[in-house]
Amino acid sequence: MTEKLKLIDSVQAINWNKIQDEKDVEVWNRLVNNFWLPEKVPLSNDVQSWNTLTPDEQQLTMRVFTGLTLLDTMQATVGAVSLIPDALTPHEEAVYTNIAFMESVHAKSYSSIFSTLASTKEIDEAFRWSTENPNLQKKAQIITDYYRGDDPLKRKVASTLLESFLFYSGFYLPMYWSSRAKLTNTADLIRLIIRDEAVHGYYIGYKYQRGLETVSEERRQELKDYTYELLFELYENEVQYTHDLYDGVGLAEDVKKFLHYNANKALMNLGYEAMFPSALTDVNPAILSALSPNADENHDFFSGSGSSYVIGKAVNTEDDDWDF
Amino acid sequence: MALGIADRTGLGPETGSAADEHPMTDAPLIFFSSASGYTGRFVEKLETQAGRIPLHTSEPTLLARRPYVLLLPTYGGTAAQPGAAARGAVPKQVIKFLNNEHNRSLIRGVIGAGNTNFGDSYCLAADIIAVKCQVPVLYRFELMGTSEDVAKVNEGLEKFWTHQSQKPA
Repeated sequence: MTEKLKLIDSVQAINWNKIQDEKDVEVWNRLVNNFWLPEKVPLSNDVQSWNTLTPDEQQLTMRVFTGLTLLDTMQATVGAVSLIPDALTPHEEAVYTNIAFMESVHAKSYSSIFSTLASTKEIDEAFRWSTENPNLQKKAQIITDYYRGDDPLKRKVASTLLESFLFYSGFYLPMYWSSRAKLTNTADLIRLIIRDEAVHGYYIGYKYQRGLETVSEERRQELKDYTYELLFELYENEVQYTHDLYDGVGLAEDVKKFLHYNANKALMNLGYEAMFPSALTDVNPAILSALSPNADENHDFFSGSGSSYVIGKAVNTEDDDWDF
Repeated sequence: MALGIADRTGLGPETGSAADEHPMTDAPLIFFSSASGYTGRFVEKLETQAGRIPLHTSEPTLLARRPYVLLLPTYGGTAAQPGAAARGAVPKQVIKFLNNEHNRSLIRGVIGAGNTNFGDSYCLAADIIAVKCQVPVLYRFELMGTSEDVAKVNEGLEKFWTHQSQKPA
C-alpha cells in the first residue's frame, strides 16, 4: 500500500555552517522560537465557561476538535514526512522533521483540551464520529492519496492546501467562542497552532515555488491547473462538511466566508492569485479580530478619513541593532 | 527569484556608480522583500516606481533621494510569551536602511504586508517603524495582496502624495 512513499536515497552529515538556502535557517529559527507545549496553557480555566455551552454546542466543539486532530495526525505521520525525500537541501529535510514533530504536539494538544473539559464517554463518542463522518474521511482520503502519489510538487500543493485551507472550517469555532468571551484559554492554544500552520504553509509553498523554477513552462501550467482543481474539489467537500457541522447552530454561511478568505491565502502561499472575490471573503470582523487584534482596517490611513490619522502607540522592541 | 523590478528603481545606470557604491533611488516607494518574493510581487502590480532594499546586510544599503513610503513584510510571531517585547520583527536589512539618518529623514509613511494568522504580530514591523519614525501606517495587506489591495494602495498613494505636496514645508 505504501510502496510509492520512498525513503531518502542517501544521507550525508548535515552541515549547518554551509547553507544553500537561507530560508531554511530563517524558518528553522522561527519554528524553534515559536515552540510551545499545551501544558503551558491554563486550559482548566475554561471549565466554567464550557459548562455555559448547551449540549449541542459542546458536541459541535468536540467534533470540530476531533476533525482537527485527524488533520494534524495525518500531517505529522504522513504529510511532513512524505516531503523529506524530495527536499532540495539537507536543511529543508531538518525543517520537515521539525514540522512533523510540531504537528504531533498539535494533535496531542486537542487531547489536553478534551481531558480538561469532557468525560471519557464524550471523548470516545467524538472520536467515533470522526471515523464515521463521510466528509471528514473524504478530505483525509484526498490528501493522503496525493501524499502516497509519485509527484513531489503535487505533494507540496496538497500539503500547503492542508496547512493553509483545510484546517479553517475547524479553526473558525474557537475564534467564534473567543469573540464571545468563551473558552478563551482554548482559543489561546488554537492561536498558537494557527501561527505554526501559517509558517508551515508559507515554507512548503515557498519550496513548491523553488521547485517550479526548475520545470518547463508546460509543466508549470499543468501544476497550476491541478492546484485550482484540487482546491475546488477540497472546497466542495469543505462546504458539505461545514453545513454538516454548523447548520445546527446557524453559523454555516459565516464559516464559508472564512473558508473563502483562507482559500485565497492558501493560493497566495503557493504563489497564485486569489480566487474568491472580496464580496465572498468579508469575514465577520469579530472573527478576524479574534484571530489578530491588528486586523481591524479602520486604523489604516488609506481606509480611514485620511488627514485625521493619529500616530500609533508605543511598540516594545528589544532589537539592539537600531541606532536611534 | 527574478522579480523583474531592477529596472524600476528610477535609476539610470550612471547614477548607480556613486563613490561609496550605495545604490540610490528616486522612487516614491521603497520596499523590502525576502527571497520568497511575495512583497516584491505585490509591488510589481502597483503603478508606482519602486526601489528595493538589498537582500543581504553585507551589501551597501539603498539611499533615498526624495520622500518615500516604506513597504515591508512581517514574517511571523516574535514574542516568546504574550506581552513579551517583540524581537526580530523588522528585517535587519530594513534596520540598516533606516539607521542611515538621511534615509530616515525622508520617510513619510509605512505599508505593512503580513498574515493575520500571526495574531498580535500581524504587520508588527510596520507598527514598530511607524512609532520609531513618527509616521502613519498607511495600509496593511496579507501575503502578496489581492487585486483590491493593489487598487486601494494605488489610489491611496496618489492621494497621499497630493496631500503631502500641499502641506507647508
